Amino acid sequence: MNVAVAIHDVKQDAFAPASEAGPAPKRIVAAFGFWIFLLSDIVMFSALFAAYAVLSHATAGGPTAVQLFSQTNVAVETACLLVSSYTCGIMSLAINARRRAATYLYALLTFLLGAAFLALEVREFADMVAIGAAPQRSAFLSSFFTLVGCHGLHVAAGLVWLTVMMAQVAVLGFRASVLRRLLCFALFWHALDIIWVWLFTAVYLIGVQS
Amino acid sequence: MNLLGKLDWSAIPFDQPIIMGASGGMILGIGAVLSWVLLKGYVPYLWREWITSVDHKRIGVMYIVLALLMLLRGFSDAIMMRTQQAVAAGGAQGYLPPEHYDQIFTAHGTIMIFFVAMPLVIGLMNFVVPLQLGIRDVAFPTLNSVSMWLTASGILLINVSLFVGEFARTGWVAYPPLSELQFSPGVGVDYYLWSLQISGVGTLLTGINFVTTILKTRAPGMGYMRMPVFCWTALASNLMIVAVFPILTATFAMLLLDRYLGFHFFSIDAGGNAMMYVNLFWMWGHPEVYILVLPAFGVFSEVAATFSGKPLFGYRSMVAATMAICILSMMVWLHHFFTMGASANVNAIFGMASMIIGVPTGVKIFNWLFTMYGGRVRFTTPVLWTIGFMVTFVLGGLTGVLLAVPAVDWTVHNSMFLIAHFHHVIIPGVVFGAFAGYVYWFPKAFGFTLDERWGKAAFWCWFIGFHLAFMPLYVVGLMGMTRRLQHYDVLSWQPWLLVAEAGAVVIFAGIVCQIVQIVVSIRRREELRDLTGDPWNARTLEWSTASPPPAWNFAVLPNVAGRDAYWAQKKLGHATEATQARKYEPIEVPTNTATGFVNAFFAVVTGFALIWHIWWLAALGLLGALATFLLFAFRDEEEVEVPAKALAEFDRTHHAEVAP
Amino acid sequence: MTDALYDRAPGEASTSPEAERTTMSTEFGIYTIGLVLALLLTAISFWVANTSMIWAAGIPIGLVVLAIAQMGVHLVFFLHITTAPDNTNNVLALAFGVFIVILVVAGSLWITTNLNENLMLSPELMNLQMQR
Repeated sequence: MNVAVAIHDVKQDAFAPASEAGPAPKRIVAAFGFWIFLLSDIVMFSALFAAYAVLSHATAGGPTAVQLFSQTNVAVETACLLVSSYTCGIMSLAINARRRAATYLYALLTFLLGAAFLALEVREFADMVAIGAAPQRSAFLSSFFTLVGCHGLHVAAGLVWLTVMMAQVAVLGFRASVLRRLLCFALFWHALDIIWVWLFTAVYLIGVQS
Repeated sequence: MNLLGKLDWSAIPFDQPIIMGASGGMILGIGAVLSWVLLKGYVPYLWREWITSVDHKRIGVMYIVLALLMLLRGFSDAIMMRTQQAVAAGGAQGYLPPEHYDQIFTAHGTIMIFFVAMPLVIGLMNFVVPLQLGIRDVAFPTLNSVSMWLTASGILLINVSLFVGEFARTGWVAYPPLSELQFSPGVGVDYYLWSLQISGVGTLLTGINFVTTILKTRAPGMGYMRMPVFCWTALASNLMIVAVFPILTATFAMLLLDRYLGFHFFSIDAGGNAMMYVNLFWMWGHPEVYILVLPAFGVFSEVAATFSGKPLFGYRSMVAATMAICILSMMVWLHHFFTMGASANVNAIFGMASMIIGVPTGVKIFNWLFTMYGGRVRFTTPVLWTIGFMVTFVLGGLTGVLLAVPAVDWTVHNSMFLIAHFHHVIIPGVVFGAFAGYVYWFPKAFGFTLDERWGKAAFWCWFIGFHLAFMPLYVVGLMGMTRRLQHYDVLSWQPWLLVAEAGAVVIFAGIVCQIVQIVVSIRRREELRDLTGDPWNARTLEWSTASPPPAWNFAVLPNVAGRDAYWAQKKLGHATEATQARKYEPIEVPTNTATGFVNAFFAVVTGFALIWHIWWLAALGLLGALATFLLFAFRDEEEVEVPAKALAEFDRTHHAEVAP
Repeated sequence: MTDALYDRAPGEASTSPEAERTTMSTEFGIYTIGLVLALLLTAISFWVANTSMIWAAGIPIGLVVLAIAQMGVHLVFFLHITTAPDNTNNVLALAFGVFIVILVVAGSLWITTNLNENLMLSPELMNLQMQR
């Protein structure tokens, strides 16, 4: 069966390839653009990651990974971020169903779990500095603080963004632009968890193997 | 706590007459232009139509204006260096002390790559790509404005460095440990890092914008293999921007952390690894030159096809070659540091990769030649730039293949031979391509063509001047002269350097011709007016619009059935028929916004404050940027409606002008 | 305008008529399964890193495999990445990103290791340089 479709009054075969379908809807364009941005962000992390990998043994006679890292702390941090990714997903479902109360609830849960992750990380950094394992001590520590700290900064930025988004839902409602931005936020939050998977595996798990 | 950080009156180089003269001249010039604008009452017009515009055509023009202005500064650096090297032989010390000369060659490279070549290429892509794709604007118009104004921020910072403080003395690549705080304690390297970080954000956002635009928003019927080749090269270039600019951002961030917070990424103690910087920098640096040259290749494809009156030869192989260059360019970066300690095996692998990348470029050259072969070639200015490119670039590329052999590179690395090579590819490639595109699309942007005579004069001055300026550098390179020399003792180099100086003067004459060309063309614009929208009898969709196009580009999005969509429309006589029969519907265009401009203002404040360690001001700047962003996020009006009547009216008057 | 048939935003579950009609509870289930799987894989990672029951040289490889699996769970269950034609652009973009990441990390490691080997100082001067 050949169904003809008219776009701008010119008949087209309905089974024309996707690449000839004309401009995509705004929602897809916005999300795809954000997807490309996320990939660029991941490349930036990979450069920091490469620096860490190269400098991971450059301890300059100072503290080493084995001496510094607490697996329990990292396990709790990981659980917090992973569950926050889950609550973010449920929040997306609430948004799709336009249920405001559920949206706010799951946004709050996501925020609290993300904040808990950050609090644990800040405490870990503070403890390390207190015992002299500051980023200025060695190249290994510089690269550790930068790589993990950059991820932490992204989480912090995400929390600020989440707060602004809830303000937008409250003030502007579920209009198209707000929905697009919420979709982008969800992409961001899930991507941060993917980056964390690689971070804790490489830095805290593989990094302490002798 | 000093309120102004490191900033005090000693930052202004009162004791250096050349810098004071240059700064004074620049400030007077800018002041004169600003006063003229104010007194003539142009501010509301400029604000409404240009500064707050999110129209890709306006943004493209602004990029190119910025680039051409910075070309003047970059070229001044060049002719100062040539003059110094022409005289500073043996006993003579020349007129530039080393501390100043070092800033000049650093500024020359930084400005030419980041603030001339990049904005030229991005400006052309901005103006042309949406028109060629048959759409109304890029995917994210406001983001486009933000990007352009961030580039302007970087430009402003680097120009401020001329009279407040100093610039880096490290060369445009700023290798540690020289660029670390220990060996560059002044603000110069900070100016370099912050102005490039800020404009780098703008460039990355442009990359995201154009990848999305080209992949997701083309006109109906325009499948991938029906896009003009310029759009393919724009896609490849922007994919590379997205892939590698984050590496530069991370690398500069690490150097900034070393300088500001005492980290040890690249320091000489506590385990730092300076070679890591070199590795990461060139991982960005090599793809960067292909980011620059691919759109220029795209321009040559368009120009060759249009002025030969034939479709581009080998469309599919052009596309394949473009995407091959996109991927391969990210696998050759070690050839920038063959001599820095890698083993023979590693060098050999990257050497081979560097030679392989010459193959797709060769494919392109043959395609352009075959496009022109059998066609009725019209030798207009863009075609002269194209042929000049083909003849010159092939030779420059050959010296590149020579340098790709590690053993050869070991003898000429960092000599004038290298300088000659990369100018021998970048000037015919990027600069000639940008000039060809500028002349080719000028009538579309402004409604009148540029004067042909002065255009041809400019070309011949550049072509002859380029060869005079750079061919001698191969010779002195082989004679042992290294780069970045403020003074030398080998008197046998001097005659060659005098010839090079003469070449620089001839290029200067070419630039003068281009300035005269603009003045003359504006004076004669009624004679040169483009009434049809298609002054060159061209093939692609941008020529189906009026010159200049209306804000909305196309009242009705074209339906594309094949390559060279406009040529097909003309052949089948559809162009005028379609417009007469069409039904107009109101369209939405994005509103103007000051977000880009205001955000860039705060970026300059933040950058300047960070450079001079004025922490409270930096915090204020960041808060200002955040506030700007929040205001934008909560705005109510996103789009403005253009009524169907206005569309119909514009089309009617445009065709009335064209009617026989 | 395009049909959702052709194209899907990254991060969105498919809403085309061809796909099974997904209800709220099914989508809820997808996220929950994803969470459980990810938690499981994370727990296994921590066990692998700390156990003496696995050959030491194999531990890093095992951890990398587990990390890839965790990333896969995120992509499929949370980000709804599929291999369907309406997702092609998104998958290609992801593949490009992964290619660049591998190039940056592996390339840097290979080159700097090579440089370090060749530029290694004599033992007397070693304590000024990186420890290995």
